[in-house]
Amino acid sequence: MTTYKFYTFESVKKTIGIESEPSTFEIEKEPIRRWADAIGDHNPLYHDEEYCKKLGYRSLIAPPSFLTNYDYPLSPFQAPKYPVLTGRTLNGGNEYECYLPVQAGDKITITIVTSDVYQREGRLGLMTFIMTDYIFRNEKGEKVGIGRHLGIHY
Amino acid sequence: MSKQQTYWEDIEIGTSLPDLVKKPTTRQLVQWAGSSGDLYEIHYDKDQAIANKLPGVIVHGALKGAWIGQMLTDLAGDHGWVKKYTTSYRGMDVPGDTISCKGKITKKYITGEEHLVETEMWLENGKGEKTTLGTGVVRLPSKPK
Repeated sequence: MTTYKFYTFESVKKTIGIESEPSTFEIEKEPIRRWADAIGDHNPLYHDEEYCKKLGYRSLIAPPSFLTNYDYPLSPFQAPKYPVLTGRTLNGGNEYECYLPVQAGDKITITIVTSDVYQREGRLGLMTFIMTDYIFRNEKGEKVGIGRHLGIHY
Repeated sequence: MSKQQTYWEDIEIGTSLPDLVKKPTTRQLVQWAGSSGDLYEIHYDKDQAIANKLPGVIVHGALKGAWIGQMLTDLAGDHGWVKKYTTSYRGMDVPGDTISCKGKITKKYITGEEHLVETEMWLENGKGEKTTLGTGVVRLPSKPK
């Protein structure tokens, strides 16, 4: 199932700074283990709940980039009212800031903001760069982390 | 499995991080697609990848980013903390290649109560080309005086 929609440079630009609706999801143990298995990371913090408890945690710890891997609500620029341009994308880069540990059992609320959009010529022709920020908060409303993604549309 | 903890005093500017070697397969890309929720076809469907002007299926940027993250969480150990990291995907990587994740310490300082180090990291493909660059900020425990 492809859910990629198509946007114009101008349509994306109009969404800079607009926050998406919040969406809440629960951090679960098995997805943490599968995520760690997929990258080949045997760190016991992601696999062994007893090990985590001995360190004073309640359950498994989410790896630093784990939060940005959930199925999200659409970015503001992906709202269906915007018209389409191209369906080809690449990941240009990521940035993660981790403020507080996220553990299995936590309920995390995410909002998404388009923070920058620009175009330039590249190897694959005219490329549109879209920087998207993912902001994560826990049940107390504390900001636990931020993820940033530079999407390249060509 | 318990791990050896690195303390802030243990490392200096220029200290290398241990290499992390990865040999991605298409199977691993599917595993990552499933666990990350990134089901974009260019990472497992060759026809779709070629139609998108790519040489074939390519390794997910975020998977390479997760390896950069793994280097930092290995450095932080159980009692340190990865505060921040960045990744920049400069070249495409393909399954079947051997990818070496490398890095070194570039800064070491104390801010308030925090003992911090900064790192530079990169991924090298089998030809020795740097396909991914990264930076990190890690808090390490300090040895009791």
